[in-house]
Amino acid sequence: MAKLPFEPATGHLGPVLDVRGVVKRFGSNIVLRGLDLAVDAHEVVVLLGASGSGKSTLLRTVNLLERVDDGQIFLQGTDITDPRIDDDAVRARIGVVFQHYNLFPHLSVLDNITLAARKVHGVPKQDAQDKGMSLLERIGLAQFARQFPDRLSGGQQQRVAIVRALATSPQLLLLDEITSALDPVLVGEVLDLVRELKEQGTTILMATHEIGFARQVADRVVFLEHGRIAEQGPPEQVIDAPSQPATRDFLARVLR
Amino acid sequence: MLVAVASTLVFAAVIAVVLANSPGWQVTRETFLSPQYFVEALPAVASGLWLNIRVLAVAVLGVAVLAVLLATMRSLRGPVFFPLRVLSAAYTDLFRGMPFIIVLYLIGFGIPALGLVDHVIPVALLGTVALVLTYSSYVAEVLRAGLEAVHPSQRLAARSMGLSHGKTLRFVIIPQAVRKVTPALMNDFISMQKDVGLISVLGAVDAVRAAQIHQGQTYNFTAYVVAGVLFVLISWPFIRLSDWYSARLREREQAGGMV
Repeated sequence: MAKLPFEPATGHLGPVLDVRGVVKRFGSNIVLRGLDLAVDAHEVVVLLGASGSGKSTLLRTVNLLERVDDGQIFLQGTDITDPRIDDDAVRARIGVVFQHYNLFPHLSVLDNITLAARKVHGVPKQDAQDKGMSLLERIGLAQFARQFPDRLSGGQQQRVAIVRALATSPQLLLLDEITSALDPVLVGEVLDLVRELKEQGTTILMATHEIGFARQVADRVVFLEHGRIAEQGPPEQVIDAPSQPATRDFLARVLR
Repeated sequence: MLVAVASTLVFAAVIAVVLANSPGWQVTRETFLSPQYFVEALPAVASGLWLNIRVLAVAVLGVAVLAVLLATMRSLRGPVFFPLRVLSAAYTDLFRGMPFIIVLYLIGFGIPALGLVDHVIPVALLGTVALVLTYSSYVAEVLRAGLEAVHPSQRLAARSMGLSHGKTLRFVIIPQAVRKVTPALMNDFISMQKDVGLISVLGAVDAVRAAQIHQGQTYNFTAYVVAGVLFVLISWPFIRLSDWYSARLREREQAGGMV
């Protein structure tokens, strides 16, 4: 059965991402319990919450790496949970960065960055490499283009992973605890890059434990508890003056 | 270093003395290591070896294609692909279990018996088919182990950027899997290089058969030694090449030294 190619809804002006009533279960464990969340263009939304609150699962369902059990997810107005939609075409429009970078060890840094452009989007090799090199220059790692990922520090690898996710100009960038595997010295360089992306207007949905960073960079902070949104709003409200006991409790534990 | 050299020399000397003093050494030397017969048998055995090399070259390609196909089939997920998985498993079980010589006989004598084509099927071709059938089952299992050794997060990263299942396998999983199992693959290749000599049982005039003919004419076994030496000589570069290649990949893709 031929799948429908993903197309943004015509004349779509609403949120880039619109998650409606999403439910996700793993066996008897309900991880997402009817979650609603919209992310507007150029908005940076930070997901906070304890481990197991559903942050990573939410990001994975958005990228169709997990199937939702109920509810819908709209990307630029098109329902991507529709089983007739081509998953790969949807994923090609969303950039993902993982906690453990997941760079491809057998490909050079530049080939890592250009793989999706060449093999998914059909960009000619030279064009893909030109764009890859300019991205690497922007993050100051151009001298590593021909090196293999293992030669780079964790922070450098994670920046390469971010650039790899951006190389195909996705509509939405998902960042899944991208600093959790880095030591504190390296966290800074990765967060600086995210800050820069925000300034350029990238639409970002990220899960993090870096409360201080969330406060600086987030347009909106969403606090998840047991697969539901317990509280959301601008960072000065959710982080500095949380109204929910669960949020206060979490922040007290993380900031201690 | 000095100790190593000395111990090697002493060891070699002991073996030489034992051999030279064994009662049948004179006869053995003339029957197996005669320089005259060595030179005499060399051209025929070498031209037989050329057939082995050609069969090997074709069989390696066949094995590569079929083994990748089998390993891929077995790694497919989802209930739809159950028949393919079972087929692949049954195939590898069957051909890994069956002695190669039996496969050779069944293919070498069974296929012509079917009378599918009018003309005679060259025995070298039948031998190649048997070699491909048997070795693709070994290599498929090695590849499958390699595919499973690639961390699932690699697949996740590849799929997350929109690569299809097939492209993920081709560009991300298989290249890493092959690197992980290169030594095992080379082992199978070298083993195949030797087993290619078994096609002589079908009557193909390869190195082994040429040696046999020479032995039949002269009652001297030196021709077998010639064939043996030639087989070792052709396998040696590949052994060194695989060691070199593995070392190069390790050096390029892994930082730091080995512990």
